Amino acid sequence: MTPSGSTSPAATAVSSQLSRARLAEIWETPADLRGILSSVDHKTIGKRYLVTAFVFFILGGLEAVVMRAQLVHGDMHLLTPEAYNQLFTMHGVTMIFLFASPVLSGFSNYLWPLMIGSRDMAFPRVNALSYWTFLLAGIFLYSSFLVGQAPDGGWFGYAPMTQRAYSPGLNIDFYALGLIYLGISTTVGAVNFIATFFTLRAPGMSLDRVPVILWGTLTVSFLIVFFIPALTVASTFLYLDRNVGTHFFDAANGGHPLLWQHLFWIFGHPWVYIVVLPAMGLASDIIPTFCRRPLAGYTFVALATIATGIVGSGVWLHHMFATGLPPLAMSFFSGASMTIAIPSGVSVAAWLATIWYGRPVFKVPFLFMIGFIILFVIGGVNGVMTAPVPFDWQLTDTYFVVAHLHYVLLGINVFPVFGALYYWMPKMSGRMMSERIGRWVFWLMFAGMNLAFFPMHITGMLGMARRVYTYPSGMGWDAANLVTTVGAVVFAAGVLLFLVDLVRSLRVGPLAGDNPWDAPTLEWSTTSPPPPYNFAVLPTVRSRYPLWEDRIPEGARSIVGRGPVLDDGRETIGTSPLDADPVAVLHMPPDSSWPLLLALALTVVFYALLAVSWLWTGVGALLVFICLVGWLTPSRPSRGAGED
Amino acid sequence: MDSISLPVESQPSMFHAGGPAAERIAQLGWVFTSVAVAVTVVAVAVLIAALHRRRSGRTQGVGPFEDPRGPLRWIVTGGVILPAIILAVCFVCTLLTQSAIARPPRPVVATIRVTAHRWWWEVRYPGIAGAAEVVTANEIHIPVGEAVQVELVSNDVIHSFWVPELAGKTDVIPGQTNSMWLQADHPGRYLGECAEYCGVQHAHMGFVVVADAPADFASWAAGQRLPAGAPAEPAASAGLDVFRRSSCAACHAIRGTGIAAPAGPDLTHVASRTTLASAMLPNNRGNLAGWVTNAQSLKPGSEMPTIRLNGRDLQALVAYLEALR
Repeated sequence: MTPSGSTSPAATAVSSQLSRARLAEIWETPADLRGILSSVDHKTIGKRYLVTAFVFFILGGLEAVVMRAQLVHGDMHLLTPEAYNQLFTMHGVTMIFLFASPVLSGFSNYLWPLMIGSRDMAFPRVNALSYWTFLLAGIFLYSSFLVGQAPDGGWFGYAPMTQRAYSPGLNIDFYALGLIYLGISTTVGAVNFIATFFTLRAPGMSLDRVPVILWGTLTVSFLIVFFIPALTVASTFLYLDRNVGTHFFDAANGGHPLLWQHLFWIFGHPWVYIVVLPAMGLASDIIPTFCRRPLAGYTFVALATIATGIVGSGVWLHHMFATGLPPLAMSFFSGASMTIAIPSGVSVAAWLATIWYGRPVFKVPFLFMIGFIILFVIGGVNGVMTAPVPFDWQLTDTYFVVAHLHYVLLGINVFPVFGALYYWMPKMSGRMMSERIGRWVFWLMFAGMNLAFFPMHITGMLGMARRVYTYPSGMGWDAANLVTTVGAVVFAAGVLLFLVDLVRSLRVGPLAGDNPWDAPTLEWSTTSPPPPYNFAVLPTVRSRYPLWEDRIPEGARSIVGRGPVLDDGRETIGTSPLDADPVAVLHMPPDSSWPLLLALALTVVFYALLAVSWLWTGVGALLVFICLVGWLTPSRPSRGAGED
Repeated sequence: MDSISLPVESQPSMFHAGGPAAERIAQLGWVFTSVAVAVTVVAVAVLIAALHRRRSGRTQGVGPFEDPRGPLRWIVTGGVILPAIILAVCFVCTLLTQSAIARPPRPVVATIRVTAHRWWWEVRYPGIAGAAEVVTANEIHIPVGEAVQVELVSNDVIHSFWVPELAGKTDVIPGQTNSMWLQADHPGRYLGECAEYCGVQHAHMGFVVVADAPADFASWAAGQRLPAGAPAEPAASAGLDVFRRSSCAACHAIRGTGIAAPAGPDLTHVASRTTLASAMLPNNRGNLAGWVTNAQSLKPGSEMPTIRLNGRDLQALVAYLEALR
């Protein structure tokens, strides 16, 4: 972005086909191979994120179904213990790192510029880098299956079990390096969101007028910037312990296994909020549309989002209550963990009030929101049950915690995500999905989810530990496990039906039009699907719900469809951080292959590290350097060329 | 492996408390469970009411643009004040329970040192007043109604020591000694598990806590202190030779025979134990023979190798082991 304040945005009355054609010419990515590989359009990147995350969701789901087959009753021999341990580890790694977070990045990437009336993210090429590194890090992790040595230490990878002495294969090297690599993707993505939030909101979109998803993603972007380093450091220590001979986690040589746990959970607990806060934001933006009224307590919800992020950064020790910590420290973290229930309570109360004072319209996206609220409450209260230290000593590492975390991750991530897919798919594809099939999808997923995970509360309380590849029959666990497996199959059927509906709607779904739900936010003011330049003219915002301003006096309304065109190259408006006063016209960079090339060079580095080949690591590092030089070399000043 | 049934009478439910610590925790658990259920029921009831309440007036168009007072009252009352009161009460209950179970109700009568191995538990009772140390595996005897201190160390990776009916978990971590106390108020057998994922056979790392009446405990301890007697029958005597010749003696110890390898469970009184392979199999003749000759298919990846023996040697070995009472 290069601010060029001298170009004053001339307010021009628009609509001429001419300027649309000109904008299309400036912004369109050619449909050839080079275009596909070099596109920096946030909509393309967002959709790629969604599709890729969804592929990983299917893979992680298949892993779960195979595990549930093994656990359908006691003493089964479908899987070897090694296979089971690889599957449960990769299920966790996949769902947490390759689905739950990236799918939200996908929505944020796709929606943010459209919601804030901009033409792209602040750093479009960094955005492309973020996607390519996510894709390649995911492939890196999954390539471990090709050599039969997928990570098998659990997604939490506790040392010293992950040390070379106890895990001699490549399994844990894939894990440690994969997490470091993925951290690059997440971090550059987060930096991009933060910069976009504070520079690209439409004129007039002051802090109290941004859609709630922005608060969610902004909060988690800060969490990512602060806490991914803990994971990267931990994974680097692990790699060094395994391959270079350091002793960070080796008690026999002055290291300590709990160092890993602290570093991992300092990252790991905020990560829980990283995968739910943006999804809660999606819900806060969808619920008002179907209640036909604004969100109740917007300010409270925004502040609750930030508060959850802050308090959630100080609760990591509750994963370690059984490790022999001082009682005072445990009480502090126990209290902090319970405190999180308050911002969550605020959000739930706000959604309930919105529904109560609204006029609900029971469309499929709203069904998912209702399911989400119920699951959120259950996942909240069963989380509070694990907060008191003594009761946690009983519950931790049992199936009760498996129940809790799935109510949280499915309830507060997957349900809003499916609701959001039904809600925004018409915008992305231009076609509606089926209401009739959608209801089936919802009920299958909701029933399957509760059938699968509610009985786990019971199995946990009856003493069934987690992460066991089999269990003895006759302990009172058989019936609940059978029901759980049936539930998993029902849930999977719902997901399958969703895929059927998706394919059907992309081919023959009825055309959506610009705003099929009569929704209030800016993305619904442009065409479905949006043009490459998003908005022919850039809007000016005067309220939280620019498309719902019937009751506002004419002069105080948002201006949508009239305004600056900005077609002197790839341009968008830069605004001030708080009040979003227009301060600059920003030149956005053209499509570029450097992000992909840089990601490929990084992949060389990580495979070289996996092979512990310092020569090839050096070669890879040199390639990375070359790509960075290429990226940063200014292109010849031509129309629309600018730098990130 | 169809006929496996673990030799414990009760299921390891955390609400089926067999001692004072589990009892207090179960009470706290009921408080939290009740609150959780109540909050869920109320929230879902409000949700249903909000979805289906009768609405008057027009049914089209967008509702109020500015927040009326109503929604804010919901948020402040339902989202802040009520949760804060409930949580404060819950937190006080938590602190009371935590301090109540921090120490046993009366002084401990013994200290037991438990070493976690992949994937079994070594149990040592230090010798008192000149008496020999008791060394056993996967089975912890305690006197009923008395508290014992358990010191937990790990030989390799992190494990977690858990007897659901008696107490919560305590992790077993290399490089540090964690301790906890156990007390059972009723004689009986309580199943224990490793609760921290510790590798390929984490699923089969159980143990049994046996709460004995004081006299039974004393006679058990006295018996365990003795070295193994010389084999009385010829078959058993041949079995000892097999033990010495085969790989058994490379890992196991039998006090009184000079066989003292430290890697696996001490077998001096193996026949007095009720389970094999870390509470995986009932200890009987068939399982013993199966475990010796087939460990890797029963518990794949465990440190116990599959041992090839001809029928006669196996019979002799099992006869010897069964005599180690």
